[in-house]
Amino acid sequence: MFVLAEGAAPLVDPGSADGAFSLLWLVIVLPLLGAAILLVGAPLAKGRLDKQGHLLGAALPVLSFVLSLVMFFALLGRSSDDRQVSQHLYTWFQAGGLKVGADLLYDPLSALFMLLITGVGSLIHIYSIGYMEHDERRRRFFGYLNLFIAAMLTLVMSANYLGVFLGWEGVGLASYLLIGFWQYKHSAAAAAKKAFILNRVGDIGLSLAVALFFATFGTTDFTTISANAGKASEGTMTALGLLLLLAACGKSAQVPLQSWLLDAMEGPTPVSALIHAATMVTAGVYLVVRSNFVFDYAPHARTAVVVVATVTLLWGAVIGCGKDDIKKVLAGSTMSQIGYMMLGAGLGVAGYPFAIFHLLTHGFFKANMFLGAGSVMHGMDDDVDMRHYGALSRAMPVTFLTFAMGYLAIIGFPGFSGFWSKDKIIEVALTQNWLVGVLAMIGAGITGFYMTRLMLMTFFSQKRWADGVHPHESPRVMTVPLIVLAALSVLGGVMLIGNWIADFLEPVTGHPLEENPALPAVVNSVIVVVIVAVGVALAWYLFQRQEVPREAPQNVSFVTRAARSELYGNEINDGLVVRPGGRLVGGLTLFDRHGVDGVVEGTALGVGGSGSVLRMVQTGFVRSYALSLLAGAVLVVVALLAVNLK
Amino acid sequence: MTPYVLLSAILFTIGSVGVLTRRNAIVVFMCIELMLNASNLALVAFAKQHGDLDGQVTAFFVMVVAAAEVVVGLAIIMTIFRTRRSASVDDASLLKY
Repeated sequence: MFVLAEGAAPLVDPGSADGAFSLLWLVIVLPLLGAAILLVGAPLAKGRLDKQGHLLGAALPVLSFVLSLVMFFALLGRSSDDRQVSQHLYTWFQAGGLKVGADLLYDPLSALFMLLITGVGSLIHIYSIGYMEHDERRRRFFGYLNLFIAAMLTLVMSANYLGVFLGWEGVGLASYLLIGFWQYKHSAAAAAKKAFILNRVGDIGLSLAVALFFATFGTTDFTTISANAGKASEGTMTALGLLLLLAACGKSAQVPLQSWLLDAMEGPTPVSALIHAATMVTAGVYLVVRSNFVFDYAPHARTAVVVVATVTLLWGAVIGCGKDDIKKVLAGSTMSQIGYMMLGAGLGVAGYPFAIFHLLTHGFFKANMFLGAGSVMHGMDDDVDMRHYGALSRAMPVTFLTFAMGYLAIIGFPGFSGFWSKDKIIEVALTQNWLVGVLAMIGAGITGFYMTRLMLMTFFSQKRWADGVHPHESPRVMTVPLIVLAALSVLGGVMLIGNWIADFLEPVTGHPLEENPALPAVVNSVIVVVIVAVGVALAWYLFQRQEVPREAPQNVSFVTRAARSELYGNEINDGLVVRPGGRLVGGLTLFDRHGVDGVVEGTALGVGGSGSVLRMVQTGFVRSYALSLLAGAVLVVVALLAVNLK
Repeated sequence: MTPYVLLSAILFTIGSVGVLTRRNAIVVFMCIELMLNASNLALVAFAKQHGDLDGQVTAFFVMVVAAAEVVVGLAIIMTIFRTRRSASVDDASLLKY
């Protein structure tokens, strides 16, 4: 169906949907239907949905998952050059020559994303049945979750950028609603607002990119753009790449738009697992990989991606070291891991498949650990401070064991999924730029340190429980998803067997040029493992050998203080944007009130004043009116005569 | 030609002086009629001089309007006189600033 030049971006050239693929739309519609029923239809059901609605909410994503799975196998059954399918649903809108269709695209990339979203999404829905059992607004929670699944599926299945934008905004809305789900908590409401506003900054990037696509190519269809990408000037492509990067920075919490992610942990833990770890925050990576036909022609934009990614992967890792809130450590770690994915995506054709590979394995092990953290909080009366945990491995064996699988995966313990995926990215990075590769290795070491710290402070060391807290294992409905995700965290590496993931994604991401790796793969792996081991050993020395104080020590180094306050990300935002913005707005308000209003009100006052003087002419005496009439007429006559006689 | 225009000018002047100086509404009204007819005379005279009918037609229009004006004006003066027992235009000066 298409011919590939070596190293060039492949065309998006889908065939029409038939057979199992004709049900593509249903994958999105099912959770959307759930959201509609749970959110809008509730009053009609007279309270029945409040009791049973969550079962419906959990069942629909499972159905979507089954559909995705069927289609995935149908896709595997086709030959590798016939694995792009598109479905035209209807014309979304049309104005003159501008025509935007509601089109879906099903190719290896969206297939993997659909499996991740519906698969991990279903597990988290099931887990939430237990986690949200005592919340009286459970129906609404499941409605929002379903809305999120539908929006995220729209994002990854659309065949044009406008559709992606629709999903992009949809997941932003769902994220806002779910972060602020406990809206009576001031911090949750503020965090939701912060996330929404920072995401808007990124969304400007995507909307401008959509506009630029329209201006350059006359359409936002992947098909047309990928076919004509080489014809646009490099400057345009670089601008597009940078705009898409801005969008990705917002959604994926990359520096400099990273500061919302830690606050987003105010939401219920399943939300943190689904939206702020496994799926939504990876949308930026999806966007970059999906736009490979843009980035392949914009090397400068790709460099920017790599820089942002490298800074973020270290930034997030350092934050993870300083936090005592278990969810915030995981959030910092998420930021850092997405940095790895972005790094892979920024490295171009050689990195795309491994970015997606790491995205998938991260989806498994991070969702697993977030849900594990939720399980711990469930047993500790919703306390999130790791300094109040300790020695929980006996009290919560299932949570501990599953969490340990996630832990081993994320630090890259040989054989576990994270080992394969992170190693691949570091390997490609090292081949292309040794500095980036070395920084990524150091990041891996820091990952080992903070994750070990979390593990030791939570499950080992000494009991530091608050009085009256009796940790207990969570119910089966919560532990079963944990076990499934733990299994996936361990086994996720099978996708790399025979380089399957790269071959599978080749129709989308292209065939990489052969490059000689800087180091043999084995040597590379050994070095990474050694660096990670150093981080782990350091954490073990600091947090297992020594007693962990119940209160966070205040007399700490500058680095620790910086990490605790999120590397002053909020202060930087305040200093660079919020306060100057506030001053600008204050100045404008002042100018509006005194300058603009002064002119307007001054004019009105002048007219009114002269009116009050001039109205004195209106005496009420008819004869004086007649006199002025006569005078006017005489004046006109005299003027006419003067003109005519001249 | 000149006598007609002169007569017209004299009549118009008398009329306008009357409007400006007299207080009785009936007299003011009659002076207005005088001015209208002075202009009618001028219109007809010039029409005759130029040999076309436009001026004469306009004079007819003026008469029609004057007739209508008399009807409305006299009715107003009558009503004012009935309520105030006076036809002085200076007395009816309430509608002012």
